[in-house]
Amino acid sequence: MITLSHYLTLSAVLFSISIVGIFINRKNMILLLMCIELMLLAVNFNFIAFSRYLDDTAGQVFVFFILTVAAAETAIGLAILVVLFRTRHSISVSKMSSMKG
Amino acid sequence: MNIYLTVVLAPLVAALLAGLFGKIIGRAGAHTVAIAGVALAFALSVYTLIQQLAGAAVFNETVYTWMVLDGLTMEVGFLVDRLTALMMVVVTFVSLMVHIYTIGYMCDDPGYQRFFSYISLFTFAMLMLVMANNFMQLFFGWEAVGVVSYLLIGFWYNKPTAIFANMKAFLVNRVGDFGFILGIAAVLYFTGSLDYATVFLQGEKMAGQTMELFPGQVWSAVTVACILLFVGAMGKSAQMPLHVWLPDSMEGPTPISALIHAATMVTAGVFMVARMSPLFEYSDTALSFILVVGGTTALFTGILGVIQTDIKRVVAYSTLSQLGYMMVGCGASAYAAGIFHLMTHACFKALLFLAAGSAIIAMHHDQDMRNMGGLKKYLPITYWTCLCGSLALIAFPGTSGFFSKDALIEAVHAAEIAGSSYAYWCVLISVFVTALYTFRMVFMVYHGRERMDEKTRSHLRESPWVITLPLILLAIPSLFLGWVAFDPLLLDNYFGSAIFVLPQHDVLAGFAAEYTGPVQFLIHGLQSPPAWLAVAGVATAWFIVLGRPDLAKAAAEQWPRFYAFLMNKYGFDDFNQKFFAAGSRGLGQFLWKYGDMMIIDDGLVNGSARAVSGLSARLRRMQSGYLYHYVFVMVIGMTALVGWLYWGFD
Repeated sequence: MITLSHYLTLSAVLFSISIVGIFINRKNMILLLMCIELMLLAVNFNFIAFSRYLDDTAGQVFVFFILTVAAAETAIGLAILVVLFRTRHSISVSKMSSMKG
Repeated sequence: MNIYLTVVLAPLVAALLAGLFGKIIGRAGAHTVAIAGVALAFALSVYTLIQQLAGAAVFNETVYTWMVLDGLTMEVGFLVDRLTALMMVVVTFVSLMVHIYTIGYMCDDPGYQRFFSYISLFTFAMLMLVMANNFMQLFFGWEAVGVVSYLLIGFWYNKPTAIFANMKAFLVNRVGDFGFILGIAAVLYFTGSLDYATVFLQGEKMAGQTMELFPGQVWSAVTVACILLFVGAMGKSAQMPLHVWLPDSMEGPTPISALIHAATMVTAGVFMVARMSPLFEYSDTALSFILVVGGTTALFTGILGVIQTDIKRVVAYSTLSQLGYMMVGCGASAYAAGIFHLMTHACFKALLFLAAGSAIIAMHHDQDMRNMGGLKKYLPITYWTCLCGSLALIAFPGTSGFFSKDALIEAVHAAEIAGSSYAYWCVLISVFVTALYTFRMVFMVYHGRERMDEKTRSHLRESPWVITLPLILLAIPSLFLGWVAFDPLLLDNYFGSAIFVLPQHDVLAGFAAEYTGPVQFLIHGLQSPPAWLAVAGVATAWFIVLGRPDLAKAAAEQWPRFYAFLMNKYGFDDFNQKFFAAGSRGLGQFLWKYGDMMIIDDGLVNGSARAVSGLSARLRRMQSGYLYHYVFVMVIGMTALVGWLYWGFD
């Protein structure tokens, strides 16, 4: 029997993987975007699990919204990435430190 | 009341006019207002004295209440009794003489108006001091005369030695004044009042109270208060070891030396002790202390006068020695004799200083006695008046100094209090020393070979009348004042209630029984040692200066270390310079280097700045600019927040 806690555990694992991905990734900014996407998916997973568990479809509606927004966001992110690559000739994360005070 | 206010304010107004409007009223205007102010004060002082002699009641009233603080009133008021009246006449008389003399002495000086302003201001301050009816006003006058003294010693402010001397006078007086203000505080603490009349009534009560200065040492309150007050008098009246400033104060113009550093200001301490007699009488310890300090000063500063070569310094050391006499008189409870000597001393010592000044002018401001000699021929009036003053100073029988000094020595001899025999021997030997240095000066300056150069000799001439007139007017009381004042002061209890003496201390009581008048005292004086010691001193001086001039030099070469010891003034100056001056400079350096530079500048000011910049340098490293660092911190923060929400509310 697959219970709610199984879903929640899977979602937490996915979330953790994505965080670790952000931390340890030094090379590729695309990977960063993917990790964020994965993070959102993990959250979506929670929504759906609770939606089923509480028998409330509102959660699933939210998931659609989030997916839409995430798609738009990723599109913008990729567009910025392209511009960034054109100006700096690199998408390596470790070289992006212009926020340094 | 109006008379007393006028006495005090006339010199003040004159000082303000001469000082603030000196340029407008000019030189003649300045000396006219100053002399008019002091002459008015003198006339009214004489009137006051005559009234007091006629039996007028003691005047003790408050003029103005300055402030009231928690039951403590600070007032300006006058206490005019016979002691005050006498002091007023002495102060204004000498001041008037010095004012007239100054016209001649300072005639070439660019600071003419300033000088008149200062001496009038001094007269005001001194009158405030002697006429005070409370400790607050006494302290005001005490400090005010100190300030004017400071200004006048440094009158020629371009002269580095004068500036050194006035700073020294100020600092040494500060030591004394510190004791003085502590004494006033002690009086206030034990009696709760600053008013003379109130405090003096409680002298006996204070004698019964005790205080613990150091744990385990119990002192009588009146002893503590009196010794502290006397420390103030030691500063102002230049008693050992606070005497070091007076010889150096001779850097000031000569009229000042006569007025402030001989006749009036330096005797303020003696006056103060006499005024406080209702307190001092109840403390045998304080009286013994005064006797020992006064006796030491009288003898040992006199000895220094013997080797000085600067004419003014000889007279200055003589002043120190005579101040010691007055203090000894007060210490022996013979306050009347002390004040008597103060009065005669004011006349003859002012005379000696002014005569010295006259000789100095004739010598074109050369003060070295080794360059003088034979001046008698050129300065007859100065010589004869100076001789009168010198005879009075050495207590030559019949002069005013004889009556006051012999009476004082007799009184000390009769005293039975601890220290009186030491003081007696000091003052007795000092009679010989006084005669020696005084006549050494007279012989060196006025007799013998003319040692000045040809140019100076051709310019030698008697001073103008404005200088000789005060000399003559001062010579008269120097010779005859004793005859007039002996009876009332010593025999007829002139001071009455102004001076309080306990019956067991009353050494002057025997005088009235023993002597009927000055003539009898004179006959007795001729048969007692002081007169013969004085004559011996004169003879010795003659022998050393005129008889065998080589002897002094030979003696100096025979005992070079002793001579150097005397030349160094017993090493007081060196000790002060090395210990106190260098010590306080060292302390200042220490505080500057370690307190100011290290702790405050380096530690507190720069240190806090460094701490902030150091901390921020470390914090700055966290601002790496890498996104993943920020995210990491954000996640940790969120985790902590969620954890706190989850577990924190249990």
